[in-house]
Amino acid sequence: MSVTPVEIARPLLAEEVDRPWITIVWNDPINLMSYVTYVFMTYFKYDRTKAEILMMDVHERGKAVVSNGTREEMERDVTALHSFGLWATLQKDD
Amino acid sequence: MLRIDELEKAVLASLAEQMIAFVAPAETSDSSDPLAAIVGIDEVAETPTDPALARMFPAAYRDDDEAAGDFRRFTERDLRANKIANASNVAACIERSGEKIVLTGDEALCWLGFLNDIRIAIGTRLEITEENHDELAELTKEDPRSGLFDVYDWLTFLQDSLVQLQLLDS
Repeated sequence: MSVTPVEIARPLLAEEVDRPWITIVWNDPINLMSYVTYVFMTYFKYDRTKAEILMMDVHERGKAVVSNGTREEMERDVTALHSFGLWATLQKDD
Repeated sequence: MLRIDELEKAVLASLAEQMIAFVAPAETSDSSDPLAAIVGIDEVAETPTDPALARMFPAAYRDDDEAAGDFRRFTERDLRANKIANASNVAACIERSGEKIVLTGDEALCWLGFLNDIRIAIGTRLEITEENHDELAELTKEDPRSGLFDVYDWLTFLQDSLVQLQLLDS
């Protein structure tokens, strides 16, 4: 991965400072891999490749960070994922 | 296109009815704040003790019980209503169906949500893990879990088929 030198001293944008929360989806033995992929595509509008990579992370590593943003945004994502039946939590991104 | 015969329709309609009763919120007591009830906020909300309900309404914060409790007070009632609406929609689609069940995009979402909920309810009862699936599939007919597993397996097939159809459209 290459780094553009001129960007080194760039101050953080307001939206970067303001996006310290993350939504995590956890693996469980019941949810179908196809359904989890479908939910990521339907709710987050991720393309199929990104949705499948995230789904495989959940399946093989036990969890995946699926979105980040403000606390309010993450609470909205977690609520939506619960309504789809996925096991999701939010936390501050340390 | 998915084929669902009359017997399967009856099973799905019955499961939808059971799901509605299963996730219906507990009656609020007389002392509860009527305004809070109207806007869907519970005064007290605790993690359900039933393992299937606990899985359907999980804690949103893993390491912060207070935040998890607040989140639950503000969201769980709506979430339960949402699951009831999905199950009701499935029951209504079956009720009006003839030889075919034709679903709109929104209805397909309701079906997928309902099928997922009912699989969670049954799968949790069967204590399904990623390791014991094959073992459960080979239960003898005498085992009381065998019939339930057959239903679970069929619902899995149904949900996966419906997802594949939706993915083709997307």
